[in-house]
Amino acid sequence: MVSSDRLAEVLAEPGPELNGFLQRVLDFVDALRRAGVGASQSEAIEATRLLRHVDLIDRPMLREALAAVCVKQHVHRRAFDDLFEVYFPARPAPSDDTPMVTDEPPELMDPDEFVRQLLEQLMEGAPESIREMARRAVDQFGRVEQRDGSASYFQYRVFRAVDLQQLLRDMLAAQTAEEGPPSALQERLWRDEFEARLREFQEEVESEIRRRAAAQRGVDQVADRMTRPPIDEVDFFRLTAEEQAEMRAEIRPLARKLATRVSVKRKHGRDGRLDVRRTVRHSLSTGGVPFDPAFKSRKPHKPELFVICDVSGSVSSFARFTLMLVHTLQEQFSKVRSFAFIDTIDEVTALFETGDFTEGVRRMMSEAELVWLDGHSDYGHSLEKFHAEHADEVTPRSTVLILGDARNNYRKANDWVLQDLQKRARRLFWLNPERAQFWGTGDSIAWNYARYVDDMVEVRNLKQLAEFVERIA
Amino acid sequence: MSTEFTGVTDVSKRLEEAGYLPDESIETVVYLADRLRKPILVEGPAGVGKTELAKAVATARSADLVRLQCYEGLDEAKALYEWNYKKQLLRIQMREDENWEQVHDDLFGEEYLLERPLLRALRHTGDAVLLIDEVDKVDFEFEALLLEILSDFQVTIPELGTVRGTKHPFVVLTSNNTRELSEALKRRCLYLYLDYPTVEREKQIVLSRVPDAPEQLADQLVRIVRSLRQLELKKPPSISETLDWAQTLLELGFDTIDENVVRSTMNVLLKYQQDVHKAHAHLRLPPNPEMN
Repeated sequence: MVSSDRLAEVLAEPGPELNGFLQRVLDFVDALRRAGVGASQSEAIEATRLLRHVDLIDRPMLREALAAVCVKQHVHRRAFDDLFEVYFPARPAPSDDTPMVTDEPPELMDPDEFVRQLLEQLMEGAPESIREMARRAVDQFGRVEQRDGSASYFQYRVFRAVDLQQLLRDMLAAQTAEEGPPSALQERLWRDEFEARLREFQEEVESEIRRRAAAQRGVDQVADRMTRPPIDEVDFFRLTAEEQAEMRAEIRPLARKLATRVSVKRKHGRDGRLDVRRTVRHSLSTGGVPFDPAFKSRKPHKPELFVICDVSGSVSSFARFTLMLVHTLQEQFSKVRSFAFIDTIDEVTALFETGDFTEGVRRMMSEAELVWLDGHSDYGHSLEKFHAEHADEVTPRSTVLILGDARNNYRKANDWVLQDLQKRARRLFWLNPERAQFWGTGDSIAWNYARYVDDMVEVRNLKQLAEFVERIA
Repeated sequence: MSTEFTGVTDVSKRLEEAGYLPDESIETVVYLADRLRKPILVEGPAGVGKTELAKAVATARSADLVRLQCYEGLDEAKALYEWNYKKQLLRIQMREDENWEQVHDDLFGEEYLLERPLLRALRHTGDAVLLIDEVDKVDFEFEALLLEILSDFQVTIPELGTVRGTKHPFVVLTSNNTRELSEALKRRCLYLYLDYPTVEREKQIVLSRVPDAPEQLADQLVRIVRSLRQLELKKPPSISETLDWAQTLLELGFDTIDENVVRSTMNVLLKYQQDVHKAHAHLRLPPNPEMN
């Protein structure tokens, strides 16, 4: 890889006056690469090339133009936007040598008065004033004096002082006072609108804090520390609520892909058996010469998929993801059957058939029989029960997918079940949410089970799931 | 009028005239695609106007739209060119006394060439917009062929020689992201992600497409649609469904929306019963008195 400095040298030759800016762009592309947004060298070149056509003063245009060449997957857009804010701030943040940020504490006003003003601006809803209020909120509440006299800014301090939930309630109250009590529908619409504005405020605060940190500690360092990893690299165990929602959208195409992959691979085009009848008919138009042979097309076979997942406490955050996957799979394919277990197993297919995901999870917890003795995972018993009740339904056309950490609380493994299932099923896979290095430590019997499955893979994030799906093609 | 875009404002003005309201990212990417002569790869949920964009660009440039609809199993013969076997065969049968050389030269001439969309776009002499719709549906092998055409704008037909495009067409590829496209293909394109529009933009779209709709109605309408899109629906309402809904409300003579109106016309917006139920609960609509 050519270093960005060298590249800058080469590319900057015709217009040396652009050098500073060009270097910025290259640093930016570099930071993107470090953040996992796959911006390659050709993209760096492309980025510098397009600058000729872009009005550099027009910041949104610059942003969209760079995004068009540097971001090739929508999941990366978030990291891109964060970094763009840092490298090309709308308002140049005061840098190290301007003493403004570090020395002079901003004029503080009464916190209640500030919140009142904020509420007013939020009710107005103009994006510029919301941005302005975010900036002031950071001055007001986010600042912490360090021992050496410099200042740092912290997000949590801002949101400790500005309670977003309370603001939402106040906004709804203010709107009601103005327009009278709303109908249920009207209230829902108000709420949507206000939530959107509050989200905007929150995002502005976050990026303002990043901007200040960048000015103080240098852009590159902040860029590496502060960008959130793209959603497909976030650990299932560390998902925020917002990310969970985002993940739902990302899982959908993967689930579809997975289901198509496990079905017998469909062949395309002319590879079925010769269709004599149609060939003869076709040949009539060419005087009996069979010029255009026709073939029978193969009927695509419906994927038959058994999903067995551990939903016990030790993997609960993973279980949420697993169930999401199950739910999306079922949403799109009829021949998916799902089973959940803690220390005993129950079929949950029907519970996830009807629409809502959260509803499905709730019903599973209340209706399905998952606990037999003490509510600690028991793989051995669950597998045995699955075998007793459903083994006959597993045919050479079915794929079995087991999701769990194989931490069996030192109970009986019953790995013969897997051995038998492997013989019956077309394929048998195990997705393990634990890092592979910990498999087999403590009460994990991952390796015992791994012997009898076609593949046991570590799946801790969407990216790994996608890799798995690609591989089983 | 020159068909090339002179600037971002020009792009936005001409797209608007063509009935398409662009946002910042759309106009920037369209402009750059024109300047850098690169294809645009458009991704995004169904019904946000991906295909519409290509059509609008064609209208804005008064160019011809050449469309290649992709599907699983699409091959060269359907996308690029094919020899017209039957006609060739007839030709052979017609004149059996000729020598082979002559027949051969004749057989593989223009007359027997069936032009498919890709070749048509390449050989198009005027300004053309090539739309490759749902490119994620094609097989990997075909993607490689596309790659060759998109980077060099030329293709080799063994019997005829290399066909080189005289004028680069403006290329738009759309994808619903059912499969990850290859890095190589993505690298050759400018990437544009189209999401559902903001409330303001969608309102503008409604007002421009359904000009009779009163502004207040449009405003309420798009807010309800936004609210519904936050739900996890089997099929979230697309822009065209918003427009249908606006049209429906107008036909029925409503100029404001209340609970009853929403409930009785929800079917225009949502296509699954289960989604309708969810929406009712979300918007807290009262139960329908006629249904028990």
